[in-house]
Amino acid sequence: MAEPRPHPGVALAAIARDLLWPLVALAAILVVGAIFAPGFLTIGTIDGRLVGTPIDILNHGSKVAIVALGMTLVIATGGVDLSVGAVVAIAAAVTATLVSEQGVPWPLAVPAAVLVGTMAGLWNGMLVTVLRLQPIVATLVLMVAGRGIAQLVTGGLIVTVREPAIDLIGNGASVGLPNTFWLLAAVFLGLALLVRRTALGLLIACVGDNDSASRLAGVPERSVRLFAYAVCGSCAAIAGLIDCSYIRAADVNNAGQLLELDAILAVVIGGTALTGGRFSLIGSIIGAMLMQSLTRLLYMLDVSAEIAPAPKAMVVLAVCLLQSSVFRAFVGRVARRQEAGTP
Amino acid sequence: MIRERQSPPERRSLPHRPRLVPRLDPSVVPSAATALVLVAAFLLGAARYENFASWMVLRNLLVDNAYLGIAAVGATFVILAGGIDLSVGAVMAMTSVLVARLVEHAGVHPAVAIAVAILAGMSFGLAQGSLIQLFGLPAFLVTLAGMFLARGAAFALHPQSLGVRHPFVAQLLNDSLSLHIPLGPRGVVIPITVVVAGAVIAITWWTLRQTPFGRAVHAIGDDEHAATLMGVPVGRVRVMTYAIAGGLSALAGVAFTLYQQAGDPTACKGLELDAIAAVVIGGTLLRGGVGGVIGTLMGVLILGLIQTIITFEGDLSSWWTRIVVGVLVLAFVALQRGVDAIASRRLTSAA
Amino acid sequence: MTDLALLSVRGARKRFGPVLALDGVDIDIERGEIHALMGENGAGKSTLIRCVSGVHSPDAGSVSVAGVPARPRTPREAELFGISCVHQEVHLIPHLSVAENICLGREPTRRFPFPGIRWGAVRERARQAVERVGFEIDVRRELCTCSIAAQQLVAIARSLDCGARVVILDEPTSSLNEREVEALFSVLRRLRANGLGILLVTHFLDQVYRIADRITVLRDGRLVGTRSAADLSRAELVAMMVGRAIHREPRAEQHASRAEQPRFAARGLRRRGALDAVDCSVDRGEAVGLAGLLGSGRSETLRAIFGADPIDAGTMTLDGHPVRPGSPREAMRVGIAFLPEDRKRDGIIPSLSVRENIILALQARRGVFARVSNREALLLADRFIAALRIRTPSPETPVHRLSGGNQQKTLIARALATDPLLLLLDEPTRGIDIGAKEDVLDLVRSERERGVAIIMASSELEELVRACGRVVVLRDRRSVAELMGSAVDPTAIVRAIAEAAPEPDVEIATRG
Repeated sequence: MAEPRPHPGVALAAIARDLLWPLVALAAILVVGAIFAPGFLTIGTIDGRLVGTPIDILNHGSKVAIVALGMTLVIATGGVDLSVGAVVAIAAAVTATLVSEQGVPWPLAVPAAVLVGTMAGLWNGMLVTVLRLQPIVATLVLMVAGRGIAQLVTGGLIVTVREPAIDLIGNGASVGLPNTFWLLAAVFLGLALLVRRTALGLLIACVGDNDSASRLAGVPERSVRLFAYAVCGSCAAIAGLIDCSYIRAADVNNAGQLLELDAILAVVIGGTALTGGRFSLIGSIIGAMLMQSLTRLLYMLDVSAEIAPAPKAMVVLAVCLLQSSVFRAFVGRVARRQEAGTP
Repeated sequence: MIRERQSPPERRSLPHRPRLVPRLDPSVVPSAATALVLVAAFLLGAARYENFASWMVLRNLLVDNAYLGIAAVGATFVILAGGIDLSVGAVMAMTSVLVARLVEHAGVHPAVAIAVAILAGMSFGLAQGSLIQLFGLPAFLVTLAGMFLARGAAFALHPQSLGVRHPFVAQLLNDSLSLHIPLGPRGVVIPITVVVAGAVIAITWWTLRQTPFGRAVHAIGDDEHAATLMGVPVGRVRVMTYAIAGGLSALAGVAFTLYQQAGDPTACKGLELDAIAAVVIGGTLLRGGVGGVIGTLMGVLILGLIQTIITFEGDLSSWWTRIVVGVLVLAFVALQRGVDAIASRRLTSAA
Repeated sequence: MTDLALLSVRGARKRFGPVLALDGVDIDIERGEIHALMGENGAGKSTLIRCVSGVHSPDAGSVSVAGVPARPRTPREAELFGISCVHQEVHLIPHLSVAENICLGREPTRRFPFPGIRWGAVRERARQAVERVGFEIDVRRELCTCSIAAQQLVAIARSLDCGARVVILDEPTSSLNEREVEALFSVLRRLRANGLGILLVTHFLDQVYRIADRITVLRDGRLVGTRSAADLSRAELVAMMVGRAIHREPRAEQHASRAEQPRFAARGLRRRGALDAVDCSVDRGEAVGLAGLLGSGRSETLRAIFGADPIDAGTMTLDGHPVRPGSPREAMRVGIAFLPEDRKRDGIIPSLSVRENIILALQARRGVFARVSNREALLLADRFIAALRIRTPSPETPVHRLSGGNQQKTLIARALATDPLLLLLDEPTRGIDIGAKEDVLDLVRSERERGVAIIMASSELEELVRACGRVVVLRDRRSVAELMGSAVDPTAIVRAIAEAAPEPDVEIATRG
């Protein structure tokens, strides 16, 4: 064989292997839901658009998924962004204030809000790459101050938005599916192209896997990290737009509240290790949908929205434990001991 | 100065390091900055507002921040040992509701309920610390999950605020158990929560400065590898710091319950950030090893002063607090980085 | 009295995965003896120390202290057996006081009125320990305000306070100046006079001869021998450390004619604490070796040329144009490629595939937006996998699943994929099996024949002699000699490393 051929089969098999467990977990939740919560999988149509619990999951899961996509890149570089919730609030505040109070037309206000999110991400990235702060500490600063900034923007009020275009983002549907899903699809495609058609994906994974070796191989480590945080900020801002659209207002106290854990969890479930390195964008989307299904299931099982975080936290810990090599070794030892005990 | 006895009398001069400036230990700089900020904040308030420098304002400063102080002391242990605990506020809410529920619905005596709540908090911290230590999970993730868990548990215990009307609680709060200080025109009454907070600070100060355990906390935060080689039981000490943080969060939750006379599952959202901010502004290094509860006390007072000043300002909205706190945290973290960089440069040039 | 040695190790063996780091090593340390342990990187010194001081447990072999079998499982247990270790990067707690560092974990405490540490007793004990070591220091000072030298003495004082009878010092002098070294040595002499056994690991020949009574040399995890320092010449010692040629190796033919202008030349490279004055040059199609002991500046020279560590002074030219790379990226842009010494830390991206590891440097040089297409990447990967005989199930296999030799070849492929003018190889054959070594050396030859200029640092002299037509000898962070043609010979290199002045019977071009 003179001409080496690309091995698409190998690559596809690798992707399938990486996504196997997230998909199995998602299926498990859906099955449990179908059994215990009547109507969990029912889809109907009203006025030509699909409705039902799965569609709701898709709609609200898309918001988490968009944040998770940005978070995936940051985690892949070996970092973490705790400020996404605060950035969601800031972006929602900027959108609402620009549209409702300043009278800025929405085609200008929306990019402006995303830009603000990008700036917030760049700020985090600067703290990480220039000041060399640990990512947790660096993003903690904005986590503390972010909601204050958002309230400063809105003047502490809940600013309502009556712009129909903004309303359509979260509450409209196209081709039968919610617009948020199409937005997610667009963000995913854009990021996938950016990451896979350029070398960014490779360089991000390298930096996260071994940053000393990456630097010696000539990888522009700082720019790569900066890029990841900027993307994360932009994604959080898009989620802020969606949030603002859902409730037709910017409620900075509640917008994006506790979103950071959902996003981190979605990334971890999706198969990206918290230590950085290889990452899977599609895995994070599956992880986000899984989280949203779980939230929705708990809701349908009459678990109140306030209690719902507790079982979610259990899932987080379980998933992290399963990823932990120490835990695996521990379980392996126990299993072997039991085998030895039963001759 | 070190004088090695056998060293030749003449000292070889090192041309690249002039010794004109006396050596200031760079790790003191953050603590000095803390004291400076505290004094400056107070003077600013006193200069701007007429009634600022009154006993009443000072008393309220203490009363309003007592529970934050207790929680921040817990966070100090964890951060000194090089970890982080994001579950503080949620554990407070959980224990606050637990106490209210036990007293009001189960008819348990408040003293017993308080003991149970503190034990629950300690066990919670113990569990978090064990996950972190035994399975090598990142501290921020475990305690973030812990935050959700505790918050969910708080709502599961009781979905709304639940008033505590037991006579014992009223007795705890009434004048008989408070400190009366003859200052100002009508004297100042310091409630028991402040007294407890003071006792916590005194005891933890002693623990950290004067006991082998406290020194081990400093040691593992400063250089975990060296501490292991020197025979410090790193795992046990680390788990203990999380248990202490859990227990003190619970105590803070109890103090909050007394302060509000109610258990509230929505209480103390984001208080963990205030606690961490107080620790950092108090001069404790976030990477561990340097700092202490006196700094944390000053940090809490700074946060309280900022709040007070913004209240006095009247037309300034309260969210400025978060922004000022964020800026202060950033300033102190940057200061710590600078100090680290200077210290390491000094060490290499001394080599 | 007993004639049992104070510390006795018999048949110590330790395996890390496929690497046998320690293979049946014996060593005895007597009372009142300073015993030097020597060997190149990877010889097994650190592993031996760690096995004795309870960081690792040996797979086989025995350790006994004054005849009593000791099997420490933690450093703390080793201290209880009387074995204590002082490391180069002092393992103490920087922000505690000197006294606390000496007593940490064993502080005298009281119960009344409040349980706590008796600081007076702590300080007193610390003062006594410091006294026994024989220096003066205010024990209340914070440790990080003391010089490294003082910190080392504090570490020794801690050892004594723990009741150590054997003190192991791992590279204690690397970051000390001459005066501090002398102070440390007088402390060691004093301890020796008190009947302690001292195991000193160092790579400074001068210092070994100044202080050691006996010398034990390890190589490739095996014991080469233990000799009395008085009876062992420097050249013999160096030969023991680097190994002698068992048979005449085929030698690299000398570079035919020296071109007018070398492809690359470096003059007076200087970097504080790493390089003092290093000159070297290399022609197109030539391989130049860097020889010298550990710490002589071999790796540091390569890292400086590659821009990985900035230089303080010196000039470099590539094809006559001055270059001064401030970062690896800049070095790569002008056509320099580098194979780092520490494969695990600085080389492989463990969870990425062989293909991705191979194209990484090329990709980084082209820039983010000029992506190396899958097709091109696979062509490149397949080409290098075939040319370098990288044994991997597929180009998509994560590189950490490969053996050390194949990882190394992957990294060489990464460097070659950028099509460099100048290739810097730091210990290209370290830690890989014989077959892979041959492949790597073949590769050096074929690349040289293609016209690439190569600078190769190695502690394996036979390999240098085989691969390089010219060898620059480094000592104490300076280039001290350059051997060419028939003078390139392990014996001559050993002599140049060992001695201050070159032997007259060897053709050596010395440089200032």
